[in-house]
Amino acid sequence: MSRYTSATDADRREMLAAIGAGSVDDLFADVPAGVRLGRPLDLPPGRPEQEVYAYLRDLAARNVSTEDEVSFLGAGMYDHYVPAIVDSILARSEFLTPYTPYQPEVAQGGLQVMFEYQTAISELTGLPVSNASVYEGPSAVAAAGYLAKLHQPKRTRFLVSRAVHPHSRETLATTSVGWGTTVEELPLRDGVTDADALRSALGDDVSAVILAQPNFLGAVEDLEALVAPAKEAGALVVVQCDPLPLGILRPPGDFGVDVAVGEGQTLGNRLDFGGPSFGFFAAQEAYLRRMPGRIAGETTDVDGRRGFVLTLQTREQHIRREKATHNICTAQALNALAGMIYLAWLGRAGLVELGELLLQRTAYARERLAALDGVELLHEQPVVREFAVRLAAPVERVIERCAAEGVNPGHPLGPDYPEFADGLLVAITEQRSRGDIDRLARVLEAAVAAERETARA
Amino acid sequence: MTDENRLHADPGVEPEEPAARRDVHLTETAQQRDRARTIFEKSQAGRRAFVPPELDVPERDPATLLPDRFRRTEPARLPEIAEPEIVRHYNRLSKRNFDLDTGFYPLGSCTMKHNPKLHERVAALPGNARLHPLQAPARAQGALRLMWELQAALGEISGLPHVSLQPSAGSHGELAGVLLTRAYHEDHGQRRTKVLAPDTAHGTNPATVTMAGFEVVKVGTNPDGGVDVEDLRAKAGEDVACLMLTNPNTLGLFDPAIEEIAHVVHDAGATLYYDGANLNAVMGRARPGDMGFDIVHFNLHKTFTQPHGGGGPGAGPIAVSDRIEPYLPRPQIVRREAENGQGPFFDLELDRPKSIGRLRGFQGNYGVFVRSYAYILSLGGDGLQEASETAVLNANYLMARLKETAGEHLPPAYDRTCMHEFVLTGGPMKRALGIRTLDLAKRLLDHGYHPPTVYFPLLVEEALLVEPTETETRETLDAFAESIGEILAEAAEDPEAARNAPYTTPVRRLDEAGAAKRPVIRQPL
Repeated sequence: MSRYTSATDADRREMLAAIGAGSVDDLFADVPAGVRLGRPLDLPPGRPEQEVYAYLRDLAARNVSTEDEVSFLGAGMYDHYVPAIVDSILARSEFLTPYTPYQPEVAQGGLQVMFEYQTAISELTGLPVSNASVYEGPSAVAAAGYLAKLHQPKRTRFLVSRAVHPHSRETLATTSVGWGTTVEELPLRDGVTDADALRSALGDDVSAVILAQPNFLGAVEDLEALVAPAKEAGALVVVQCDPLPLGILRPPGDFGVDVAVGEGQTLGNRLDFGGPSFGFFAAQEAYLRRMPGRIAGETTDVDGRRGFVLTLQTREQHIRREKATHNICTAQALNALAGMIYLAWLGRAGLVELGELLLQRTAYARERLAALDGVELLHEQPVVREFAVRLAAPVERVIERCAAEGVNPGHPLGPDYPEFADGLLVAITEQRSRGDIDRLARVLEAAVAAERETARA
Repeated sequence: MTDENRLHADPGVEPEEPAARRDVHLTETAQQRDRARTIFEKSQAGRRAFVPPELDVPERDPATLLPDRFRRTEPARLPEIAEPEIVRHYNRLSKRNFDLDTGFYPLGSCTMKHNPKLHERVAALPGNARLHPLQAPARAQGALRLMWELQAALGEISGLPHVSLQPSAGSHGELAGVLLTRAYHEDHGQRRTKVLAPDTAHGTNPATVTMAGFEVVKVGTNPDGGVDVEDLRAKAGEDVACLMLTNPNTLGLFDPAIEEIAHVVHDAGATLYYDGANLNAVMGRARPGDMGFDIVHFNLHKTFTQPHGGGGPGAGPIAVSDRIEPYLPRPQIVRREAENGQGPFFDLELDRPKSIGRLRGFQGNYGVFVRSYAYILSLGGDGLQEASETAVLNANYLMARLKETAGEHLPPAYDRTCMHEFVLTGGPMKRALGIRTLDLAKRLLDHGYHPPTVYFPLLVEEALLVEPTETETRETLDAFAESIGEILAEAAEDPEAARNAPYTTPVRRLDEAGAAKRPVIRQPL
């Protein structure tokens, strides 16, 4: 039974008397007899805190986390280190427990965090406007598609690189059904988006061209070659990017892209089996009044003091209703705060240093793996912290063999890319040392050899 | 007490003499200016917190690994600041927020109930917090089992057996629901173009309808606050795909005609969608599925105690009836009975040919699921019912108390038994005392309360939507009713007191129009 209410039997009696009701049942008199449940909910009885803890601890112990194995899984979320100050600040009830800042006089902390966060996202992406967060990466791509639809309603085709995250492509397709926009894929050549195919697919009915940087196969796309023809055709260019490598990668704004979106997990958010994290959404100035979600702005109070408010709310559902630029209400404010703290912790120099470290370790891992018998590179494009290889043995079985040795070698590409049925996507973070990479090489080599042996036998 | 302290009284703590405060001379101290300085403005070249791991691999020429044309030329201008000052900066900012753990937060439609502390502990267990979303199901059995058990519990609570946990928030669940409706009709060879929603609906409802490619048609409200069934009947034609409804609705009233409403909607061949924002009123008492709803979304950050985080994260799972089930988003979490005496196996089912597809990456906001499931385990079926009953008791009690302390100027918009929340109208207050609902709300800040939701629902003049939740004590409700009475009494003497409020908050009324006119949405660097 709940321990989170205070009403005693005496309270109930007196409160019912004040209401003028005979019983709690009377308060539910409007519920017609035909729809009353009339029986207890068929759920187990409530349990004391220590038992709930023990049960959930036991469930958690059945998961193999990145603390339990040497993991090279990435493919959209990455096991970067989350500094302790993130936990410490996020645990503060003043950040953890308020609602969306509808009363700005008592929400200056949260609003200023949003303002700082928007500044940081603008810096990273090279785009002048950012909102205060959306749900996560793939739905951010869909939100960018909706912005493109609102901007040029008569254009009805999205061109999406096949190297955009499979979840993003699918989410965009799910969501755009309602707008009547079709989603077409741009093929790949050597691990990156085929610029010739883009040029021949473009036309004045293309609403947006959607790319990823780095792309799902880890490759750095030549955005310059892709953005120019898309812009010429009058399409919006949307780039889904990982914010962490933007410490060393040329930011999307430099190429003149219209919208940059992405998954923010890599900035100080834990893996959490996929969420909650946050999505970011940044754009050129021209789209400010079509942006989805909350935006914090600076202003002054009646005494002239600096303050922050939610602004441009006439875009939003609670004001504009059916004419809103998006339906989003609750987003990911706390996760965006984690992102901001993380970026402050890394700082101007640290973001670059971390990027260079990932570049070096990833290059080392790529070389080591490519040298193994039965392993070759899937593409030779530049990479920052993730790369794809082909295995001369069934990928899923190789993964199982490695896992039995305490190493998770990466994500199999086959389920999403039948053309890369032999593909394995390997991610490196600063938490994977040279020793870990060497161990991966040993374990992977042995696993591939063992599977080839099995196949021969 | 220094001036500085007085001006920055903790908003969660009731000031001793709120009325006296407004005479304090409001000069800005250096510390006050400092508090509104951003972390970018505190940056000093050369300072840092991060210490990078050593380069333990043979160094390659960075320019060959990443050619210059792909490289950023200038570092992103992030703050340069050491750890102690980062901590101090954000801790100080936190003190400029009002929060639920510190004070009463009767924000209607938002269910600001206590967030149990156990939940943060279990969500942070490494087996949860450091579990990669693409871990093979065989090595994520604990997580998948938790999700499956949560699905089963939400199915029982809603009376709709098929659950998808995927949507990220209520509005995302609504989008899922309307897309499911579209898929259902299309699969039955029908092209319907309209979605009905009451004029009392949350703004997310009409916004969602547009995003999903339908036209919104408003349904009227009858004098008792329920759906105008005749209006509904007139509008529920063959072109209507769905009716989106909240029950209890945003007036805090349970619609006694719900069976008839469901009948009309189903007769028209449309689906009935339940906006679960108000589920906290009816758990264990009535279930959307039994009322005839086809699709419901849950706000785990309302009813099931996920902390709001100042604007998220949340989660918006959906539950649906048999006829909608084939279209649910993928992947679905399924339980497979294993052979040869092994336990059950929990899996991600991707092969769902009629599915609308994904709505986001991975499996949803798992960390939220852990907290909400902990809540359901702690309360059990009987505890959830008690929670709803107490929420309704608290709301009716507070409404009764407010009729005593404020009934003349701030009466209930519908003077009848409410559910978990109720609406007051500030119309008489505005006419008799010359203060508006906004003024009352701002003056409540000086009394140490977060105000109720204001100016919603739209059809009530000067609306104030009050939701006390079950986790508040009678003493808190009494004190709140007294405060409202005091503010009205003060306004009768001196309406300027409320019109110029607040006085004790970190900043006073802010120029929102100016902010929107000339938007400054990032720190100039």
